[in-house]
Amino acid sequence: MRNLMQKSALVLSLFAAGAVPALAAGSEDEFKAAYAAAEAANKEAGKLRNQWTTTANTLAAAKKAADAGDFDKATASAKEAEALAKASIFQATSEKTRWKDLEVR
Amino acid sequence: MKLRSAIFLASATIALAALTLAGAPLLAADDKIDPVADAKAFQKFFRDKFPKVKFEDFVNGPYSMNEDLYRQWQEKEQFPPYEFSLEMGKEMFSKPFKNGKTYADCFPNGGIGIRQNYPYFDEKEGKVITLELALNRCREANGEPPYSYVKDEMAALTAYMAFTSRGKPMDIKIPNDPRALAAYENGKEYFYTRRGQLNFSCATCHVQSPGERIRAEVLAPALGIVNAMPIYRSEWSGMGTTSRRFTTCNSQIRAVPLSPQDDEYRNVEYYLSYVSNGLPISGPGARP
Repeated sequence: MRNLMQKSALVLSLFAAGAVPALAAGSEDEFKAAYAAAEAANKEAGKLRNQWTTTANTLAAAKKAADAGDFDKATASAKEAEALAKASIFQATSEKTRWKDLEVR
Repeated sequence: MKLRSAIFLASATIALAALTLAGAPLLAADDKIDPVADAKAFQKFFRDKFPKVKFEDFVNGPYSMNEDLYRQWQEKEQFPPYEFSLEMGKEMFSKPFKNGKTYADCFPNGGIGIRQNYPYFDEKEGKVITLELALNRCREANGEPPYSYVKDEMAALTAYMAFTSRGKPMDIKIPNDPRALAAYENGKEYFYTRRGQLNFSCATCHVQSPGERIRAEVLAPALGIVNAMPIYRSEWSGMGTTSRRFTTCNSQIRAVPLSPQDDEYRNVEYYLSYVSNGLPISGPGARP
């Protein structure tokens, strides 16, 4: 019990000593990972010649939020960009055969 | 018993194989690239969909779909908004390059009355050559920098070349070359492929919905849409080329546009022009 109290005190003192930025750095890492995943998916969409303007806009919004230090918002935007890029990949892949359904014959 | 089963199994296998083989030519025939049949079906589709529209009127885009717009357009044609560009193009066309040559030296018949033959398939290069591309290549071959593909000078030059070809029927050839057929087919695929976040293909607007409104615009039919190029668009407050039309269409459906004159755009222009064969050149045009 005493040990636990000592540990709690240590955590509190770390907060007091300005360890909060260390937690924010964790959030920045999360953003970086989400952003890299989104960029990779968008690059794949580019190889399929099917990028969406909304993916680029959402990636830009993620970068802007990260530059302002709002990593929660930045991470959310990066994840949204990745979802958009993946949707564009799905579209390009499925349209490889589906386009024929629209053809005038 | 075992023998009977074996015979039954063998018979079933042979029957399945025969069915598969019989089905193969059907599939192959279905997938065969047949531009003549495509153009016939494409033109029939629009004639059937709009029985009141005269065939040659399809080149007038949204005006052929809407009587009020048609009347407004006829009045607008008294003082057409593309006139300044046409004059500029005429002047540019005859002005010699620094080396003394002119655009006329780069084109058959001195570049006059030839719009209906573009784009064409260059068998040496193995690619589609559009009029815009040929103009910039002419400039570069004569030591001049290329123009932007989307507006201003390029629109002016193509406006003049289209004007000298007005009334001539579109006459696109597909040589007996598998690469030409592949370019045509790739253009067709591009035309019908949905893209962008809005999940639209070119056909969504210009085959499925011509005559319908998309916001304030009346959509033009795909048949003859390239015959009117380049166009003055009130929405742009200026002239635009075929390249501009393709790239802005892509942006409007939230797809990142390709670069003007990328293979996809050259191929889709080849396809669209071929299926519009027989319709008169009406460019330069004016659109809302």
